[in-house]
Amino acid sequence: MSIFKKTGLALAAAAMMAAPAWAQTKLTMYYPIAVGGALTEVVDGIVADFEKANPDIDVEAIYSGNYDDTRVRALSALASGEPAQLAVMFSIDAYDLIEQDLIVPFDSVPGVEADWLNSFYPALTANGKVEGQTWGIPFQRSTIVAYYNKDMFKAAGLDPESPPKSWDELVSMGKKLTKEGTSGLMIPSTGYPYWMFQALAIQNGKELMSNDGKTTYFDDPAVVDTLKFWKSLSAEHGIMPTGTVEWGTLRQAFLEGQTAMMWHSTGNLTAVKKNASFNFGVAELPGKERLGSPTGGGNFYIFKKTSDEEKAAALKLITYMTDPEQAAKWSIATGYMGVSPAAYETEALKAYTKDFPPALVARNQLQNAVAEFSTFETARVREGLNNAIQAALTDTKSPEDALAEAQAKAVRLLRDYQ
Amino acid sequence: MAKHIDAEKRRQAIYGWLLLSPAAVLLTTFAFYPTMATLWSSLFSRGTRRRPTEWVGGENYADLFADPTFWLVVKNNLLYAGITIPVSIFIALSMALWANSKLPAKGFLRTAYFTPTVLPMIAAANLWLFFYTPGLGVLDQIGGLFGLPTVNWLGQPETALWAIIIVTIWKEAGFFMIFYLAALQTIPADLKEAADIEGASRWTYTRRIVLPLLMPTTLFIAVNALINSVKLIDHLFILTKGGPNDASKLILYYIYEMAFAFFDAPHAAAMTMMVLLVLGIVAAFQFTVLDRRTHYQ
Amino acid sequence: MNDFLRRFETLGAFALAIIWISPLVFAVWAAFHTTSDAVNFNLGAAWTLDNFRTAWAGAPWFRYFINTFLLVTIVLIGQFFVTTLAGFAFAKVQFPGKDVVFILVLMQLFILPEVLIVENYAMVSRLGLFDTILGVGMPYMASAFGIFLMRQAFKGVPIELHEAARVEGCSWLGILWRVYVPLARPTYLAYALVSVSTHWNNFLWPLIVTNSPDTRPLTVGLSIFGAPENGVDISIISAATIMSVAPLLLAFLIFQRQFVQAFLRAGIK
Repeated sequence: MSIFKKTGLALAAAAMMAAPAWAQTKLTMYYPIAVGGALTEVVDGIVADFEKANPDIDVEAIYSGNYDDTRVRALSALASGEPAQLAVMFSIDAYDLIEQDLIVPFDSVPGVEADWLNSFYPALTANGKVEGQTWGIPFQRSTIVAYYNKDMFKAAGLDPESPPKSWDELVSMGKKLTKEGTSGLMIPSTGYPYWMFQALAIQNGKELMSNDGKTTYFDDPAVVDTLKFWKSLSAEHGIMPTGTVEWGTLRQAFLEGQTAMMWHSTGNLTAVKKNASFNFGVAELPGKERLGSPTGGGNFYIFKKTSDEEKAAALKLITYMTDPEQAAKWSIATGYMGVSPAAYETEALKAYTKDFPPALVARNQLQNAVAEFSTFETARVREGLNNAIQAALTDTKSPEDALAEAQAKAVRLLRDYQ
Repeated sequence: MAKHIDAEKRRQAIYGWLLLSPAAVLLTTFAFYPTMATLWSSLFSRGTRRRPTEWVGGENYADLFADPTFWLVVKNNLLYAGITIPVSIFIALSMALWANSKLPAKGFLRTAYFTPTVLPMIAAANLWLFFYTPGLGVLDQIGGLFGLPTVNWLGQPETALWAIIIVTIWKEAGFFMIFYLAALQTIPADLKEAADIEGASRWTYTRRIVLPLLMPTTLFIAVNALINSVKLIDHLFILTKGGPNDASKLILYYIYEMAFAFFDAPHAAAMTMMVLLVLGIVAAFQFTVLDRRTHYQ
Repeated sequence: MNDFLRRFETLGAFALAIIWISPLVFAVWAAFHTTSDAVNFNLGAAWTLDNFRTAWAGAPWFRYFINTFLLVTIVLIGQFFVTTLAGFAFAKVQFPGKDVVFILVLMQLFILPEVLIVENYAMVSRLGLFDTILGVGMPYMASAFGIFLMRQAFKGVPIELHEAARVEGCSWLGILWRVYVPLARPTYLAYALVSVSTHWNNFLWPLIVTNSPDTRPLTVGLSIFGAPENGVDISIISAATIMSVAPLLLAFLIFQRQFVQAFLRAGIK
């Protein structure tokens, strides 16, 4: 109970004054988990190791649901004066967090060196770079990868070592793989539909937003074609179920053999590996005009209402959690990417990827990756796009109308930022 | 003597207010003041780094009226209320009549009917999620036995809201049954005897005597069901999050989203005011038109 | 004909009962089987406790139980205190402005705390009660429903008892405590049952004002544990769900008769 907690704090504060040698910096960190597996234990483990190495810092890591929940929780805490010094939040929340004046750029934090900021994969820092400064440090980062059931590939007379590389192959192989009770392909359309859609749009050669977060291109013909293609997978080609496909239950569906291929976050890799009763493969997404996937996932942010002492401690924690050794450990436990090239040079990750090459797919895909969809007012602009996608997939609206509406809504929301 | 009565009156007045003060303080803090504050903040714009808060009068309301999502949500909520209220009342009445009749295993029936009431809506939503999940879910498995195709109950705009409605009815019917059971026990047994002597059938007895006597209870339940149709949204968090394409979004969920996901408190406040207005009209109706002596004296 | 109708009704009554408990029955069944067996309906599959072990290890459930328990206790104590005093004032004390105030109180039946989440959140933060169990409970303590119930119960107490106690020299509060409260016991019991089951199950408001495992009640913990993003595993979530509803459900099944009787006797109708 917080009352007791607070009393405890007061006592601790009193004790601190009496014995400055024991002074502790207390950090509260909110973090999300958006993929399967008991990842809270992993995070708690890393934090415990950090505390052991830094006895002067006390970290309270609070798991608070998915990305949206975590943003709500962290910002609620700030708004009501509860302590929160840092959080892992959506990499794409950067614009809004800056606009609401809640976070500080890492360049301004004492002790941050350009070398460290440049040590991460550039594709992963792209979302955190706004107005020439770095506001977010990559932590649980992913791209979308294609998981496929090798046994089903074999049964359908396909080569299990050559998954589809183009949209055409995707459709033709999908048709061969579609059987009674088994879909050829499932692309999730709840939870994070805009993310999957962005992947398709990039492959079709068109970005969804401008680099400054002020313009969206939802009604561009190439984007409309993209949505038509997604819809045709079920409506025309019959290789995907009609209606929406659940983000949350998709992994289960894949493991139960309900689909031969699924597109999902690489963050699911370890969970799939643990539970699959068949041979499965992981591949980069296929392309049309080009190959591509958006990055995804969460970055570390430091909040503005933080003392210098707390900033230094927070920086220490972030540095620890993203250093090559920890990044390697984290990547092995989850399937998320090692956030820096150095992570893939560690003994641990080298040995692991040698044994299990799929763990490299997401990283290899980084060369084709682009920043995840993000604008000002990002939650609502995204919601508009999500709705357009779902409306088209469920036959409520035509892709043209749905995207035109989303574009109109985005224009209205972004009017104030032009 | 008059002085004595005056003193006694004054004493009573002081006692009365003292006794009321905890309730008054709490009600002011958590009901009346927030209502006023909501009204006030609905008249200002949202502040951002670029644009500080300013007085905008009715603009937030105008925005909502121009927002197609708002109208969709209103329509959803009207349908939600329009179905859940009569259906759950009808089912609750049937349950009560059955649980009060001479059927065998009455105790089992009553327990079965009432059990959903004890479960948290969040837990109930988890239970129902596995009924609705396409392919793996119970409904689809049962449908599969009869060769029906897989239906994505929660993933299609045509069925999502209905799936939500069914869970609500399931949850609240048993609760309303209790009120009917209570009312049924107050009906004197000699009415039944008299009806038997007259040779009236059970159906006639139910229709001509029981139902009219239950009328006040029905109205009371109707008001409760109406309130529930505003506040019972917990299952949305698990089942659909208002999707797909806002097809199952209800107004309180939209308020929550507006305030806590989009951080747009002014528009949330404007919507809150409209809900309060509707509830106020219902309250006025309840206190004036309905026979208040039945329940509130 | 009548016989046929009767049988038809019996059938309907039981069909409805079976539909009504089937979600719970399925969840119990799924909780004790592996996910594969559960979704494939292997009726003969082996029973297992693994799901409960996994679920229990996946979140601080014990803490959540304690939180929920503290929450319902705090709310109940607060409600008893506030509604007893207010109900007594409305039932037995004459003072100017009483009718107006009573109407205001009844208005609160319609100003739902659920609708005022935004301002109530601001208020709780201002009071420094954000992320405390007291903050979760406080908006519900002055319950109009409870005040109304108590007023009804106290009104039914014969004035002779009141006078007799007064002659013996009891103060107002003494009379309230010694005469009225004991006589209203059935009402308290019924109200307690309604209150406990309501707040045990409450979700939206605790979701907004709790932020850490130290304060989260079961419902919020369950929703975070079962967030679909985690990749829903039917059996484990069923196990978690069963675990979190078990205490209240068991209490209900054991005290079922008293539960229903309490409702009936207290004249909530």
